Amino acid sequence: MTTASNTSADPASKVPEAEQPNQFNVQIANGEASSAFAQKRLFQLRPKDKGNNPRGPWKTAFSRLLRDKLAVASFVFLAAIVLSTASATYYADHISQTDPFQSNLDGQIEINGDPAEIMAADSEGLGLGVTPIGPTWTGQYLLGADAQGRDVAARLLYGGQNSLIVAFASTALCLVLAGVIGTVSGFLGGIVDTILSRLLDIIWAFPIYLLAISLSIVLISTGLQIGPFHIPSNSLLLPITIIGVVYVPYVARPIRGQVLTLAKSDFVLASVCLGMPTARILVRDILPNVVTTLIVFAPIMMSLSILTESSLSFLSIGVQPPAASWGTIIQDGQGLLYTRPLVAIAPGLAIIITVLCLNFLGDGVKDAFDPKAKLRVGKG
Amino acid sequence: MLLAVLRRAFDMVFVMFGISVIAFLIFFATPGSDPSARIAGRNATPEMLAQVRIAFGFDRPLYVQYGRLMQRLFIAQDLTSFVNRGQKVVPAVLQATPVTLCLVFGAAVIWLTAGISLGIVATVFRGTIIDKSLMLLALAGVSMPVFWVGSVMNLITQSRFHDTWLFSWVPGLGYTSFFESPSLWFKTLVIPWFTLSVLFIGLYARVLRASLSESYQEDYVRTARAKGLSESRIMVRHALRTSLITLLSMFGLDFGALVGGGAILTEVVFNLPGIGRLTYQALQNLDLPFIMATVMYSTFFVVLANALVDVAYAWLDPRVCDAR
Repeated sequence: MTTASNTSADPASKVPEAEQPNQFNVQIANGEASSAFAQKRLFQLRPKDKGNNPRGPWKTAFSRLLRDKLAVASFVFLAAIVLSTASATYYADHISQTDPFQSNLDGQIEINGDPAEIMAADSEGLGLGVTPIGPTWTGQYLLGADAQGRDVAARLLYGGQNSLIVAFASTALCLVLAGVIGTVSGFLGGIVDTILSRLLDIIWAFPIYLLAISLSIVLISTGLQIGPFHIPSNSLLLPITIIGVVYVPYVARPIRGQVLTLAKSDFVLASVCLGMPTARILVRDILPNVVTTLIVFAPIMMSLSILTESSLSFLSIGVQPPAASWGTIIQDGQGLLYTRPLVAIAPGLAIIITVLCLNFLGDGVKDAFDPKAKLRVGKG
Repeated sequence: MLLAVLRRAFDMVFVMFGISVIAFLIFFATPGSDPSARIAGRNATPEMLAQVRIAFGFDRPLYVQYGRLMQRLFIAQDLTSFVNRGQKVVPAVLQATPVTLCLVFGAAVIWLTAGISLGIVATVFRGTIIDKSLMLLALAGVSMPVFWVGSVMNLITQSRFHDTWLFSWVPGLGYTSFFESPSLWFKTLVIPWFTLSVLFIGLYARVLRASLSESYQEDYVRTARAKGLSESRIMVRHALRTSLITLLSMFGLDFGALVGGGAILTEVVFNLPGIGRLTYQALQNLDLPFIMATVMYSTFFVVLANALVDVAYAWLDPRVCDAR
């Protein structure tokens, strides 16, 4: 379980530096302040020469991120994974030449000129069962077949598409929801804050897997009916919504703490004194800081989402057949674990590599954007 | 102090009540899901459906249903399964509890020992290749899905290397009570213990490493060094002490979550009849009384762990008390 309380317990330790109005300080620091000319310029409110300004916090952060070799390498690796899963259709049509969603129990392929059954009869015991073909290490059935004679390599690519889509979309949903709830709760305060944060407390104390599993099992048997909209039970939207919602408290609580601190900070006080409208304070002073925190959370939430999706799919309440995801392929491979272990091992390796890259990237993003943020990867 | 404890207790009850309401609403009031349709089966006639609805009380208002369920769960303790008629829920949960406790307790011993030692070693060798490779390993541990690790463990110990001297001692999947045969109990649980602890070893090593290197920047460590204390003494008496507070609060929450059914994937993969697998089976059959019972049970542990961590935190770190 992620201890979001660690991050929110000590909001005072997070001093927002990124958004401090720094034009004045910079000029003083330039050593020109003593001269009369500089004194005059200090009160001009707007510095004339932009070249004298430091780069903005965004550019600084990005250039810091670009210098982090591990993070850049991870990003490239992730891009390669995304591209290869995007080529699933091409792979299935031209290289494996099978439909990975159609069971193929009687098919035959040629390996180096010799014909081979995809589902060969067992040679041991009574010879009644069949064993799917093992890895051929050639174009067709590169990683072998699963229990229904489907090409595992092609399914791995299609499954990767779904796993990545679910992870990306649920992370986006989670961050948006958490950003809105955390900001509203922290900024408005009062009764709204009390209700929202109590609700977050309750969901936070709900064991994450039990909540996700409970929601999935109810929704997957019937689909979800919200007013006129019906989400069918085999839609990817269900796991996306479920995973997105269950992790909201983990992000929203720290955001709320941050907004509480920001609302009391000097530069917001300055804006209030200048008579800025509340909406402008929210957009110009609070939101940029919240967005930075959300960016720091993004890779880590995505790695958590991939793990959660695969767990739900492994319990057969995530992505629904015939669609595949890395979790469902591991589940398919359970029955073949001792005869054709690669069916279960390959998608697991895919998950590990992706999540590892996301965690490296997350470390880099954290160091670049907010080195003091206390984040924790993991789950219960 | 008494007031704080009372407030904490009130918070606990409130959160548990909230969770029970949410769980109840998920299962009994989700739009489109009708519990009576599930009990009556696929081919039920409308008359049968109506009968089931009345027999199980689904025609009553939701708050009455909720009240009756809670009354039967906590006060009368005679709640029975929807699927296996007559099977009492409370004894089944109590029977599964020791299995989960054994699993999580053993894993906790492993992950605390390994996680703390890895964290210390990495800090001692900070900046070197040892530190980097240990942290890489830790991150890899965090990135592995636990059910996959379990499957690979099964593949190695039950199939591929089962006939060699390495793993021939591993018994088949399942669970043996400690009182039946302590040695068999130990042997069946060793592999699940390691599987469950992999994630947490990585997690704790990383958190401890980060926390220790933060402590090494602190003034009191510099003071200790200026006094001429040995490196090991600085580590154990000064740096480690503060870092362990962070670790302790993490541990309380993780332990609570795992005992409360968070070990569901490990239990399913290794076929251990604990709370997690009980929940899983109940979920597969949509056995609502069972699900409510296990959810309430796990919530209890999570909420209790939260409260204990808060108390321990206030006790270990007086600043927390002042802040309130």
